[in-house]
Order: sequence, then structure tokens, then C-alpha cells
Amino acid sequence: MSDTLIAFDDVLASYDPAMGLEVHVELNTLTKMFCGCPTEFGAAPNTQVCPTCLGLPGAMPVVNRKAVESAIRIGLALNCDIAEWCRFARKNYFYPDMPKNFQTSQYDEPICFDGYMDVDVDGETFRVEIERAHMEEDTGKSLHVGGATGRIHGADHSLVDYNRAGIPLIEIVTKPILGTGAKAPEVARAYVAQLRDLIVALDVSDARMDQGSIRADVNLSLSPKGSGVLGTRTETKNVNSLRSVERAVRYEMSRHAAVLGSGQKILQETRHWHEDTGVTTSGREKSDAEDYRYFPEPDLVPVAPSREWVEELRGTLPENPTARRARLQAEWGFSDLEMRDTVGAGALNVIEQTIAAGTSPQAARKWWLGELARRANEQGLLVDALPVTPADVARVQALVDEGSLNDKLARQVFDGLFAGEGTPDEVVAARGLAIVSDEGALSTAVDNAIAANPDVADKIRDGKVAAAGALIGAVMKEMRGQADAGRVRELILEKLQ
Amino acid sequence: MSDWTRKTAAELADALAAGETTSVEITQAHLDRIAAVDGAVHAFLHVDAEGALAQAAESDARRAAGTLLSVLDGVPIAVKDVLATNGLPTTCGSKILEGWVPPYDATVVRRLREAGLPILGKTNMDEFAMGSSTEHSAYGATHNPWDLDRIPGGSGGGSAAAVAAFEAPLALGTDTGGSIRQPGAVTGTVGHKPTYGGVSRYGLVALANSLDQVGPVTRTVLDSALLHEVIGGHDPLDSTSIDQPLPPLVDAAKQGADGDLTGVRIGVITELAGDGWQPGVMTRFQESVDLMVAAGAEVVEVSCPSFVHALATYYLILPAEASSNLAKFDAMRYGLRVWPEEGASAEEVMRATRDAGFGDEVKRRIILGTYALSSGYYDAYYGQAQKVRTLIARDFEAAFEKADVLVSPTAPTTAFKLGEKLDDPIAMYLNDLATIPANLAGVPGISVPSGLADEDGLPAGVQILAPALADDRCYRVGAALEAALLKQWGAPLLDKAPALEGPSA
Repeated sequence: MSDTLIAFDDVLASYDPAMGLEVHVELNTLTKMFCGCPTEFGAAPNTQVCPTCLGLPGAMPVVNRKAVESAIRIGLALNCDIAEWCRFARKNYFYPDMPKNFQTSQYDEPICFDGYMDVDVDGETFRVEIERAHMEEDTGKSLHVGGATGRIHGADHSLVDYNRAGIPLIEIVTKPILGTGAKAPEVARAYVAQLRDLIVALDVSDARMDQGSIRADVNLSLSPKGSGVLGTRTETKNVNSLRSVERAVRYEMSRHAAVLGSGQKILQETRHWHEDTGVTTSGREKSDAEDYRYFPEPDLVPVAPSREWVEELRGTLPENPTARRARLQAEWGFSDLEMRDTVGAGALNVIEQTIAAGTSPQAARKWWLGELARRANEQGLLVDALPVTPADVARVQALVDEGSLNDKLARQVFDGLFAGEGTPDEVVAARGLAIVSDEGALSTAVDNAIAANPDVADKIRDGKVAAAGALIGAVMKEMRGQADAGRVRELILEKLQ
Repeated sequence: MSDWTRKTAAELADALAAGETTSVEITQAHLDRIAAVDGAVHAFLHVDAEGALAQAAESDARRAAGTLLSVLDGVPIAVKDVLATNGLPTTCGSKILEGWVPPYDATVVRRLREAGLPILGKTNMDEFAMGSSTEHSAYGATHNPWDLDRIPGGSGGGSAAAVAAFEAPLALGTDTGGSIRQPGAVTGTVGHKPTYGGVSRYGLVALANSLDQVGPVTRTVLDSALLHEVIGGHDPLDSTSIDQPLPPLVDAAKQGADGDLTGVRIGVITELAGDGWQPGVMTRFQESVDLMVAAGAEVVEVSCPSFVHALATYYLILPAEASSNLAKFDAMRYGLRVWPEEGASAEEVMRATRDAGFGDEVKRRIILGTYALSSGYYDAYYGQAQKVRTLIARDFEAAFEKADVLVSPTAPTTAFKLGEKLDDPIAMYLNDLATIPANLAGVPGISVPSGLADEDGLPAGVQILAPALADDRCYRVGAALEAALLKQWGAPLLDKAPALEGPSA
């Protein structure tokens, strides 16, 4: 049952894409949106619950001030207006993981509205207009047991964990994003990426897409090229990585074009994104008749942030991540590609801190995007979650710079750091990793290598300096890596020329 | 031995203070009375004899140690079954919550415990407080102690009947459109609906959140004031609760009992009289107004033209909020669970459970409310109702410029026969005609017995309404009227009620 698709370039020959992105951000407040339960991720099921977030009869909500503060800061960072007065509303629908069978959200009175974010794609700037950012509570989590797919259909039974119920969310909704053409998928990705950076800079969320603390829904429609008439949209849910955002937009564009090209109509529906296969499948049909019967939450009083408070919060905003990146790129002298890789790996902060600890920008980048990124990848972690600090990296590089370590030994130091063996200096001492600077031992090793490889030695004597590599390798092997390769090379050339 | 069940709460507190009795003795006397008469009255859904006696014993121990928690420490109380009680069943009169035992206390219940009042049990009510007769309880109707064939009012008929039948000196009620005041009127007891936000709603299973208030149900105005001071005041768990101290209520009741109303302006509401109001009820009302004038009050007639729309407004706002509140009863986490068939889906279980667990009146209001909130109808119904609500609040504001308190009969008739209006919802709804405006505007109101109607010898009530936050005015004027009537009657009205069965039965 695979969809017919049309090649991406052909889509653009006939259609203009329009996108809308809805991003849910789970806030990192210590307690839930409307009660005092802790929000820590990964606790045993149904251990972080109380009458309010379980929706027990009689329990009532109280708004978390810190969540309102985070919402306002996000709004300000997105250049939004902040409502002087707004209310929560009930969004009524039945679902087993929703304790009250209504979600306390905001409807026609969002706390933040009318903002924008400028998104950079390959040096071109697209302005994404923000319609609103509003506060709401998360639902519980259903676990469908039995059946093949973990989905509700075919499951034997379902279990519900209400730990997540009531976690504060901010939903950020864009206006239709038009005029992006072939760059639509990249603009979508860049928007979510920049938004994530902003959230990280604001320190209002863990911002872990892999853990669901940032979740994106992608709305997409096509209109006949140049017509300006918006087509029927689909809403693709469950898009939980930056790469998926880009792929989902690309996929839906190709699918829409194929459906429209065959003379059929796009069904207005929710679609599910499948990370593994890279396709979307039909979810529930979403007609305009779907009626959430919103009305103002009568158990809560309006939220009316004073202008003084809003201005105070404006004063706490961090440097805009886009501006900050431009500044750091210039300071560090990174190429566009190097900078993009740095940001993509989530290594901006650790590299900045490593440089601040005295390491050169290129050396900091080399470690964090090379050796450490590889190890993080193996462990399914982000680089900033590794058991190695920027200060450790700076110290390792300092040891390399002063000639005490070479790169190979440095990697062994990292092994020690990962194994929890202490500071870099302690690892070097305990494992005996320092480079041997005993010239006598080194000289002997070089002589041994020359004697063992007369052919190579002859080549070097004939001026083929490049052949020295083979001898260096032999010396390093004898020295068990604990030698400075540059000094070895010098010694070889001295002896043979 | 005195019959402690005939005493008011204030008298019991005095007797305890004087060492004439113990909380255990008083509590046991009420438990005995419940055992004797509640088979006929059916005011209680759950009696916690063991718990109440244990709490009474603790109270007596505190008294011996000189560590009393409040003036009412040791005086027992009954609690309407719509309030969450940790460890005691809370059904809201519904099958859907049969057997549910809350793991937490409503704030008002916590405050009762913190003040040392033993809790006798939970009182009957119309299912989820929807009704004016207690006949919509899934556990059978409560009977009016004045005439067991008649309704005790509703939704809080159980609390009013318990107090009227001397099964409890005090009870908690809740009032969304008159559920404290109308049962008070038809059982010859006192009930006060506080200013919206004056008493915490945390743990009150919401009927209509913007209208509900918890309040005292007692036999005297002073007892209501005493209980109100225990349960009232700001609660951080209820965002709609008012963050300022209560006015002195007990002082106001005591001041009123002196019988002097000189300088007080009493407003009689034009719209709350006329055709459909029982003559005997109106006669008693007029008499009460005359007594207040004799006590020095000045009477002015005030018009509140929007009140004629109050009932219609109420029956849009209430079902809308209720339809959403009651969505949580879905068999997933607590209460009844009905499996329509082996392997049914969650949705099918929800549907079957709600079908079996809710009574007809509840379903009627869920349907009404769902409709009123639906897209395309919201503006015409819910939106419009909110606008009328504002007009009603403005009528009150204008009226309170001319008068310090407003008065009307509490209910248009005395208690009707059980079953009489069960098949006519509109006739049933009309019972709350006079009480609903106060809920829509959030102002306080007390119902005080005005005597027996001549036609049927059944109790009628006078309602005294005051501006928001001025609950003390209700207590002052109510106590003054009560004192004047008592002087006229020579004995409390409830002395004329049938004895039911003696405590020794």
C-alpha cells in the first residue's frame, strides 16, 4: 500500500508549497502546569501524580507561574506581542490518556501572538511569521501491549502512564509559510532547528527531540503554481527529528503532487510519520466538523502579566542564537560547512567553552566533532551529555600542544575519562601515556627501524622523503605509540640525509 | 440525660465548654438518632459511626489537655456527598461513583478536621447535584421530616433533612442554583450560600464551576455563621477563592440577634413575586418584611428586570460546564466500569459505563451542555448566556445602591409531593427561580425559616441577599428576623415538626 510519488523537481514545476509548523515544547519547570507534581523524565509509571493531574473528582488546577514566565520569554524571543489578559480554555474530547477528557489549553486568547523568526538557509533569509504561542498541559502516555506495531489496533490491552499528564507545554504555531519553493523542506528543518536553539538558549526546556520534549507537526498543502490559492492540507504528526522534518515535507509534497496530478483530491487528515521507512500513512480523518467545544476554563482566573514583569523578562533574554552563531563563526574563523556541522552536532556550547579554556578553535572543533561526536553517537548521547567536559578537552589539547601527548595517546586519555579514571592528568599518570622524550631510546628505535627496512632507507637517501612514513610507523610501533611523530621524522631525516 | 440532638451547635459548644457533656456522648446521641429515624428519612448515604466516635474521643482528649482546635471542637457534622472525604465513600449520588473512596480531603473537609468536628457521614443528594428534590439520587430519595411523602428540596435535601430531623446539628451543603437555600426553606432550616470565592471549592466535585459554592446548613443563623468561619477564607488550591479575610460573621449574627435593624435598607425584588407563588409562602414573606420594618428597617422596592432571563441563562451555563466536568467519568481510573462484551475497546467501555452509570437528568444536562457549546451554537447559547449573566450582575449592583440587602421568598412553594414533578423538568427547574440569580452574580444569600404556610402547614423560607463579600449582612439581618419570629412563635419552628421516632426506638 505504498503511495505514488512524483519526483521533487517535477512537483515544483507545477505547484507552490505552503507549510505550517506546530511545535510543542515541553517546559523544564520543576513542577507540572497545574499542580505540584515533579516533572522529571523516566520515573516509574504513575509515581508522579496527584488528584489534580489524575483528574480525580473535585481536584482543581492552579497555574504554574514559572510556566507562564517561560511562555512569555519564548514569546518575546519570537518577537511576539504578550497578551495583557488571557484565559485558559477547555478543549473537550475523549481519550483514555487524558485524565479529565478535556485538555486545559488556550483557544482564542493565547498568551503570545504575532511574532516572527528569520530563518537562514544557505545564506538566504526566510521570515517565518508566528501566529501564536500558547500554554497547555500534556496528556498521559498510552502503551499498547500486544499486536505487532505498538499501535492501538491489534493490541491486546493498553496501559496508561499519567506521569506526563499535566507537564507544561508551549505550542508554537506559524502562519502559512509561503514562497519557499524548492527550499521548503530545508526551511522547515531550519525553522525547527533555530527554534530548538532558541529554546536551549532560553533554558526553558530540555529540548530533546529524541525524548519528545520538542515535537513537531507539519502541515502542508500545494497550490497550482502562481495561483495563490491554498490547497487542502494534511497534518503530519510524530515528526521527531530535524532530519525527519525535512523528509516529511519532501515526502508530502511528492505525495500531494501525485494525488493532485491524477485528478484526485487531497483528504484533509492527520498523517503519521514513520522515521524508519521515511513515509507517512493516513491517520484519522480530520474534517472541519471536529468540534472541541472550547470554552473558558472556569476553575482558573485570567492570566494578566503586568507590563513591568514582561519588560523584566525581556531583560533576561539571551543573545539571539542566529546572531550569536554569526558572531562566533567570525571569531573562530569557521567555514559555513564547519559551522553547520558544529550546530548540527549540538556542539556550539561545548566548543565555545573549550575555546574559552584556552584551546584553538580548530583543535576544539576537531575533538568535539571527531572523536567525541563518534563516541556520543555510539552511546546515543549528545556531545554535551558525555562524561567529558570542555575543561577536560582543553587540558588534553594543552598536553598535545606541549608535546606530552600525541593524538593517538590523547584518544587513550579519553578512554580513561570515559571509564571514570579521573582528570586527564590522572589518566596520563595512571596509564603511563606520556610521550617518551628520551632521545637515546628514540634514537635506538630509529636505528632499529632503518636496519630492519633497508629498501625504505635507500629510497629516503635518494630523496624520496615521503617514504619516511613507513619508518615512522615502525618506530611508533616499537615505542608503543608513546613518541612524538614529528620528532621521529626529524631523527630519521637527520640520519639518512 | 438531656437530648443532645435537640440542641443547636452553639449550645452544644457551650455545654462542652461547661463540662456538661462530652463529644463522644453528643456524637453517640446523633448516631442513635440516625439509627432511629434515617430508615424513614434517608438523609444519609454513608454513616461513619466508628470514625465519628474516634474523632469525638480525640476531641474529648484535647479538651482534657486544654488544646482545643476551635469553638466547635467536638460538635459533630454531616457532609454532603459531593465533597471529597479521604477514606470515606464519595458518590455524588451517582452509580458511576459507587464505591469510590477519595485519597484526599476537600479543603472544607480538611478544615472541619482541623477544627475538630467529628464527621458523622455523607448525606444524600440529587445525582451530581442536579435537581431540586433529591429524587434524582441513584440511591433513592430523601424524605422531608415534616411530611415523609414530600421532597426535602434539592440538591442538598440530605443535609437539610439531616439537620431538620435532628440527625446532625450541622451539615455542609453546596449551592449552584439554590441547593442549600431551597432545601433550607422547605425543611424549616437555615442555609447560607457564601459569596462566590468565599469558601474553597477544592474537593467539591464540580457541577458548574462558575456557580458552585460550599456553605453551612444548620438550624440557626448563629450556627451557620460559626460553621462558615470554620470553612471559609482563602485557599491557594482554589484559584477562584478570594484572597482576603472573611468579614466577622459570628459577630454579625450576634449583633443581629439583638433585634435592631435601624437604618438598614431592605429591598424587595419586584420580579420575585406574583403568579405562580404560593399564597401561604407570600403571606409568610410579607409578615417577615413587616417584622423587619418593626425592627427599624426601611423597605424599598427594587426592580431587577434581567432576572426574568435568569433561569434560561442558568440552564445554558450550568449544562455547558457540567457536560465538560462529567467527561472525566469514563471508567478508566475510578468508579464504575461496564464491559459491554469481551474484548471491548476503551471507547466502547466508556460508552457502556456512562450509559449505565448516569441517570436520566444527568444525561439530559450533558446533552444540553454539549449542544450549547457546539461550534455554530456557542455564540447563540453559551456566549449569549454569559452576556445576560453580566446584565443580571448589573441589576444587582443597581439594586444594592438602593438597598443594603435584598429579600424574596426563597422558593415559590412549600415542599411538593415526591414524584409530583419528576416527569416535568421545567416545573422542577422553576423551584430555583428565586435562588439562581445570586449564583449567576456570585453574591451571598441566606435562607431563614419564615413560618408555616397556611394552606398546608409546611415550612417556607425568606432569602436575604447581600453584595459580594458582604456575607455579614446576611447574618445580621437573618439573625434579626430569626429573633423576631422566635419571639412571635414562642419556640423554634422545628418544634412543630413530627417527632418521627424517638431516639430510644
